Amino acid sequence: MHLLKNCHLSRALAIGLISLASTLSFMGSVNAEEVNVYSARKEALIKPLLDKFAAETGIEVNLVTGTADALISRLNSEGKYSPADILITTDVGRLVRAKEQDLTQAVDSSVLAEAIPATLRDDDGHWFSLTMRARPIMYAPERVDVANLSSMEALTDADWKGRICIRSSSNIYNQSMVAAMLQQKGHAETLDWAKKFVKNFARPPKGGDRDQIKAVVSGQCDIAIANTYYLAGMLDSADTAEQKIASQVNVFWPNQGDRGAHINVSGAAVTKSAPNRGNAVKLLEYMVRKEAQAWYAETNHEYPVLDGVEWSETLTQFGTFKAEDIPLHRVGELNAEAVKIMDKAGWK
Amino acid sequence: MRALLDPLQGALLILGAILSLPVVVIFASWIAPQTELWQHLLSTVLQDYVINSLLLACGVGIGTLLIGSTIAYIISRYDFPGRTLLHWFALLPLAMPAYIIAYTYTGVLDFSGPIQTTLRDSFGWGYGDYYFPDIRSLWGAIIIMSLVLYPYVYMLARTAFSEQPASLLQVSQMMGISKFKYITQVSLPLARPALFTGTALAMMEALADYGTVQYFGVATFTTGIFRTWFGLGNGLAAAQLSSLLCTFVLIVLLFEKWSRRHIKYYHQGQHHNLQKRKKLTGTRALSAFVLCLVAPLLGFIVPTFQLLYWAGITYTKNVDAQFITLVFNSFCLALAAALIIVILSLLFAYTRRIKNNKLNNSLGQTVSLGYAIPGTVIAVGVLVPLSWADNLVNMLSEHWFNNSVGLIFSGTLFALLFAYSIRFLSVASHNIEAGLSRITPSMDNAARSLGASPARVLKQIHVPLLKTSVLSAALLVFVDVLKELPATLILRPFNFNTLAVRSFELASDERLVDAATPALAIVLVGLIPVVLITHAIDKTIKGKS
Repeated sequence: MHLLKNCHLSRALAIGLISLASTLSFMGSVNAEEVNVYSARKEALIKPLLDKFAAETGIEVNLVTGTADALISRLNSEGKYSPADILITTDVGRLVRAKEQDLTQAVDSSVLAEAIPATLRDDDGHWFSLTMRARPIMYAPERVDVANLSSMEALTDADWKGRICIRSSSNIYNQSMVAAMLQQKGHAETLDWAKKFVKNFARPPKGGDRDQIKAVVSGQCDIAIANTYYLAGMLDSADTAEQKIASQVNVFWPNQGDRGAHINVSGAAVTKSAPNRGNAVKLLEYMVRKEAQAWYAETNHEYPVLDGVEWSETLTQFGTFKAEDIPLHRVGELNAEAVKIMDKAGWK
Repeated sequence: MRALLDPLQGALLILGAILSLPVVVIFASWIAPQTELWQHLLSTVLQDYVINSLLLACGVGIGTLLIGSTIAYIISRYDFPGRTLLHWFALLPLAMPAYIIAYTYTGVLDFSGPIQTTLRDSFGWGYGDYYFPDIRSLWGAIIIMSLVLYPYVYMLARTAFSEQPASLLQVSQMMGISKFKYITQVSLPLARPALFTGTALAMMEALADYGTVQYFGVATFTTGIFRTWFGLGNGLAAAQLSSLLCTFVLIVLLFEKWSRRHIKYYHQGQHHNLQKRKKLTGTRALSAFVLCLVAPLLGFIVPTFQLLYWAGITYTKNVDAQFITLVFNSFCLALAAALIIVILSLLFAYTRRIKNNKLNNSLGQTVSLGYAIPGTVIAVGVLVPLSWADNLVNMLSEHWFNNSVGLIFSGTLFALLFAYSIRFLSVASHNIEAGLSRITPSMDNAARSLGASPARVLKQIHVPLLKTSVLSAALLVFVDVLKELPATLILRPFNFNTLAVRSFELASDERLVDAATPALAIVLVGLIPVVLITHAIDKTIKGKS
């Protein structure tokens, strides 16, 4: 008898949960003016902006954050009933992947076209860059003569043996960096570069970008490759120890004489199934407005895509630079090949 | 009886089939072989994945077995000053997520951390002048995970040790068997099912871990799965890798079953005759105290203080009304999942006990595979069938009512609870089955032949004897769900966050100092059931003796 009761109980529970869940989902869909966002940008780095948008327009913004690939998988399996209107990612590769999987749609907006340079958006209008990130060399000035630094390619010299710190090749920033090099230098040259570059590592890759900067300051290596907003974030950190560490490295912009320093973008696309397409476009247009661009620049030290928006003070200190100029969608398309090259080079 | 059971059997079959769906989805990936990619993996990184995963699982297995059974043995056999305090302390690391302790220890022990910096400053050393073990290595991962996973062994072992009757020790002493021999030949073998279960859980948890190994730069199967899926953009090959991981776990579970095919341990239920704890004094009491203190100190107290220090710097920025919602969400979700999963596993365990046939056994085995599959992979395995169901429901409702109802399965908390059930059913089942195996079938038979109804057998024999196991199961699931990250991240509905998600987002953005406040909250919320349930378990054990 008790066994049966258990069984009833679990059924009752399951039914209860399902009805609760559906009520929740209905509650979410009652509001007529809303826009649903799948974001690979962390909540802390997007929510304040979405809140401002909601306050200004009266359009309610619903948010789920997660890793870009997981969100793409979710979009994929949800299919045409997906509630998502916008996909936000922190690299161009994932936007290209979403487009390739037929999860995005073209947006024709004069606001977006005017604000974002043509090289930073999809030719077919499927995705748009919202901010730029740069990945230069950071070095310990007392141990590195800046005259010896020139390009990423030069880091394969035997001089640099045991002096370079960089994170794992599982990281998207490294994958994009190598994919960008593949686009400019071709397979053979990039593979050769990767093999020699890995030989100069001071230690097996571990940790994130901030850890590489710390390793430089503590003497484990002399140069690190890291995104600028990490260094800027450390300089602004609440932890004084981090501030102190960050103040001991300098930024060097590589490849200024030729192909330019590597950049990546964060961006967004309107999903194919978007139930609130109009609001989604409004939100995109809001994100390239001057205030929004300035917020990105100030809060997370990213480079604005809109011309004429001031950089944060910290970013300004790192100096201006010549950036890579390649069709960004190629970075996405070459991602898998880049990973294979790094596997072959033994880049952990 | 038979008439009663058949609908139950039917319901169980359906339930089992639904819960096995994600595993089936994962194995189904082999329909499309990815030959070229496998050649690449074989010639480059696969060997690393296999070796590191094996070493990690074995290392964590040995580590948790040693720590967990030692503390359990000392606590259940000896009396010494501080014992009561320590037996609480020993459970604390349960509330500490492995990735959080990994972050904190890296902060403390890494080359640029305070300890090494102080060493260098005081002795004038530079890089390479001295040897310091690297925390971010395979060994570091083994130690870190052993420190937080040993309570799995400890909980089960303590119950097993404290339920061993005094008669065993008395007989052994009469026969002149030495203390050491008693432990190795009587006490340990009797506790073996419990010890193995605990160790197996810890090993599976280690195999499925992503956060720690990823941060430490150790290439294992899980990091390989993610790399193949995200980096190489090949979801099928990633699923195929996951299926290999599943197969490996299945082999281990089958091996354990096979190895004890002739043995059935049922204890006699002579609770009036439990072993009295031996009083220790002087150095022996001190060494017992120290032995039991080291693991909880390193696995909980030290990292908690580091978190407190960090949280002290940043809590004003991170604690607001939203933060309270996070705590509430995390707590309710973990509680709901614990209830559902314990009920499910009771259902499975009882059906297997009453109808011990091949079908039920293999069902139980398939369902428990989920524990070793990384949360992300489970999440995708869950999304596929749920989205299919959602699409069907929407198509039908559009057809009949001209209105779509939205994603009622995949877009709601249902998806999360479903995924948790698959991922953590094994934790609850192992506990409950270990408990159930200690109730002899002869007890049921005796009671039944004396005219007790099955309901009365359940109420008067099983409920009191199983209480401990059920509570432990609920506790483990609760803290596991509280700490769970990858599946939550992918499956949660709009505007729904948990402490684990918040803490991870900050930590993965390399803002460890900011991540400390939510991390500390996870630990504190996790402590609530640890305290409540240990108290309840203690009362049950005391009540028996």
